[in-house]
Formats: sequence, structure tokens, C-alpha cells
Amino acid sequence: MTSIELGRPAKIRRSARSTLTPVSGLGLGIAMLWFSLLVLIPLTAVMVTAVDGGWDTFWAAVTNAQTAAAIRLTVFTAVGVTLVNIVMGPIIAWVLVRDRFPGKAVLEILIDIPFALPTIVAGLVLLSLYGSDSPIGIDIVNQRPAVFVAFLFVTLPFIVRMVQPVLEELDRDVEEAAASLGASRFTTFRRVILPSLTPAIAAGAALSFARGVSEYGSLVLLSGNLPNKTEVTSVRILSSIENDQRASAAAVAAVLLVISLVVIVVLDIIQRRVARRG
Amino acid sequence: MARSTFGRKGPVAYLLRLLVIAYLFFLVAWPVSLVVTNTFDEGFVSISDLFADPDVVTALRLTLIAAVSAVVINTVFGVGISLLLVRYEFPGKRALSALIDLPLSVSPIVVGLALVLVYGGREGWLGPTLERVGIQVIFSTPGIVMATAFVALPLVIREVVPVLTEVGIEQEQAAESLGANAWQRFVRITLPSVKWAIVYGVVLSLARSLGEFGAVKVVSGNVLGETRTATLVVEEKYLNFDQQGAYATAFLLAMVSVACIVVVSLIRPKSHD
Repeated sequence: MTSIELGRPAKIRRSARSTLTPVSGLGLGIAMLWFSLLVLIPLTAVMVTAVDGGWDTFWAAVTNAQTAAAIRLTVFTAVGVTLVNIVMGPIIAWVLVRDRFPGKAVLEILIDIPFALPTIVAGLVLLSLYGSDSPIGIDIVNQRPAVFVAFLFVTLPFIVRMVQPVLEELDRDVEEAAASLGASRFTTFRRVILPSLTPAIAAGAALSFARGVSEYGSLVLLSGNLPNKTEVTSVRILSSIENDQRASAAAVAAVLLVISLVVIVVLDIIQRRVARRG
Repeated sequence: MARSTFGRKGPVAYLLRLLVIAYLFFLVAWPVSLVVTNTFDEGFVSISDLFADPDVVTALRLTLIAAVSAVVINTVFGVGISLLLVRYEFPGKRALSALIDLPLSVSPIVVGLALVLVYGGREGWLGPTLERVGIQVIFSTPGIVMATAFVALPLVIREVVPVLTEVGIEQEQAAESLGANAWQRFVRITLPSVKWAIVYGVVLSLARSLGEFGAVKVVSGNVLGETRTATLVVEEKYLNFDQQGAYATAFLLAMVSVACIVVVSLIRPKSHD
């Protein structure tokens, strides 16, 4: 490849800073073609279909009472769950990294289960403890707490897995120095540990929020999908698809897509900032 | 170092430990173990009943075919894109690397809708044209494979990119100076150094692919014995009051994904630490 590169230095000015060779350029072309066919064109189709009927149609679909209720429930629950994760995630990561006790390896596996478990199975799993046959007498099926618990389950790993590696790399000497200078454990935590964990927590929170907003599978059996009560946005989109109302399905889907895009941008900004600092 | 923390461990540390154990017990451990006990309420009958049902066997086979195809596609694509992102500069690279993560945060229902809007046989952008040349995507296996590939797309890339960045290019340059061609360098040097990252990504992708539900539900049409996958069987059985069947199918799927996690956690310490 080098011979080709060296053979045509003039080509470099073709683009600002492309280092592609003919072979890698072809590879990029094929990869982009597949990525476009699989992801970009279909997602564009959602956006185009959403605005196809004009702004009024879009707005009517999104502000339809039942749809608005679904969007509100989804977003509020996702925010609430993310707040719980912001507290619990770092605590779990802390215990996994700093504490030592028999059976800790089991906790490590428990953290990954929600990520690996098929979402419909996740719903069934929660149903077995929090459903009508609950051995502890808690029945939340078809009620709003069901949505909360389902989101809590599927978003469990995000902040934990983001914070854990950062906590492992954290220099203990700095903490000990702070302690030896008379800082209390709380002060050490707030002034020394927390600032270095913040980007990881923020990135995990963004993922956790996005996952909550887009959740579908785990709710199917658990929440009952009652209109205006436990129906989330994804379910609302699905019923529009099943009734062949593509325009309104696409309109609501576009709202979710915009939320996903915002999350992606936020993540990208956080990652760049961390990379620049580190 | 560990000793000093042990010495200083106050009541707060024990409290946090207790809190974490209780939280994970009620949220994950207990519910998961209940699915296992519910499945085996009547012994192994529920599992063997499952394999006696030809529609379930068809569904399991379809799930396996779709998942394996999607994983193969995503692995080839993922390794290729990772190499391009790490080793080359090109305009639009930052946008591409951010967009790659998009499938992780898009709702599965939106994924299904997006594919139907483009590949749907009646009104899709490309669907009617494809159907004229005899390719049916939606309500058929290609659509299920695409939906599965879409949702698991970033997993291999997210594993391979950091390792590839860390390995650097010195060894490849050395091999190049010794006369190795591009293919030899890729097979002998690049591939072995990212081998475990690829394995890890493949295992995660497989777990994700076997379990895809929402996107597949939209694109498959959910036809019994034809385009119904294993996760759709769980839903259908539960809604038809066949709880034993639902739990048994869920147990099978959960077994595979838990096996995947265990494999991953066995691999992880070796490659990352």
C-alpha cells in the first residue's frame, strides 16, 4: 500500500486530511452502503414520513391526547429511573470496585443480566416476583409502578458499567493525600472522587435515559398497556403501525428519534471532553 | 493498599454493601430465580413439551438462523469499520463514529417502523422494486435478519475500537518493512491482537440478537410456524394462558444469554486487565 501512497502525493490535497488508500476507500464505500441501507435510509424514511403530511398533521399526531399522555409517562418515568440510577449506579460500582466479600463475583454477573436477557423475558422475570402470583404479595401489574420497575431493570447496567473502569483507574494516592491533609471522607468524596466520576455518570445517565424512553419488550406483559395509564410511547407507535396509520406512527417515532439523536450528541460531547482532559 | 482500606472500613461501607446486595437481590436475582423454579414446577416436562411442538421448533430454528446471520454480518462490518475509524482519517469520520452508536438508543419499534417504511412490499421506498425482482424483505427472513443486525450493530465496534487504538501500528509497520503485504499484516498481526475483543463483541451480539423482540415483531408479521421467532413465542404463549410454555421458552432464551455472560466474564479479565 505504501508504494501507492508514496506514488501519488498530489492526491492528498483532494480532501483536507484523508489518508484513505484505494483498498480502504473501497472498504469504506461498501461499509457506508450497507450502513445507509440498514440504518440511515430507514431512519430518514421515518423523518420524511413524519413531516410528509405537513406540520399540522405532525403536530396533531403528537398532541393527540392519548399519545401526549404516553410521551409524558415515558419521559417522566425515564427521568425518574435515571435519577435513581445516578444514585444507585455509582454506589454499586463503588462496592464492586472497593469492597471485598465472598460472592462479589455473583453481583458482577447480576449486573449484566438485564443487558443480556431478552426484553420479553425480562418482563416475564419481573412478572414472577411483582405479578399476581407474587410470593411477597406485591402486585404491580397494569399499574404505573410496573413501568418504573421495568425501566429500572433494563437500565441497571449503564451507569455501573461506565463508572466502574474509571473508579478502577482512580489513583488511590490522591485520596490518601487528601485524607492525610485532614479532609473528611465526605470531603474527599465530594472534592476528589466525584469530579473524576462525573463524566462517566453523565454518559451512563444519557444512555439510561435513552434506553428508558425507547423501551418496549419488557413492558408488553407487565404494564398491560392501558391507554392514558400505563401505555408508553413505543406501544403507541406499534398500535398506529398495526392500524396502518403510518403518518402518525412516523410522527411519534420521529419524536423518539430526536431524543436518541440528542443523547448521541451529548455522549459525543462528553467523550470528547474526557479525551481532551485525559 | 487493600489492607489499609480494610482497616479503615467504617459502618458506611457495610451499609453500602448491604444496600447493593438487597437492591440487586430484589431487582434481579430473586425474579430471575423464580423463572427457573416456575419452569421446573413439573420437572422437565415443560421443556420436552416445547421440543414436541413443531411450531416452537420452527421458531427456535428461525431465531438461530437470524441471530447467526446478523452476528456474521455485524462482525465483518464491525471489524472493517473499526479498522477504518482507528487507522484512517477521512471527512465525516466523527459523524460516522457518533452515528454508529445510534442503534443502541433507538426504540426497537422505531427500528421496525423504519425498515417497513423503506422495504415494505406495498408502499416502501425500495420494497416494491425489490419485490419485482423476487426479493421479499418485510414479513420474511431477510427483514428479520436486518432488524436483528440493526439493533446489535454497534456491539462489536464498541469492543474492537478501544483495543485497536491501544495496540497502535508499530508492529504492523515493522512487518511492513520486512515485506509483509496488507493481507498478511491483517491476518498475522492485527487480527490476533484484537481477537479477544472480537470474541467478546460476538458473544454480546449473539445474546442481543437471540433476544430481539420489538423490531422483529414489527417486520416479521408474526406468522405461526413461518416468521414467528422464539421471543414472539414467549409473548404468544403467555397471552394465551400457556404459562408453562411461556416460562419454558423464556428459560431456554435466558439460559443462552446467561451462558453468554458467563463466557464474557471469563474472557474479560484476561483481555482487559
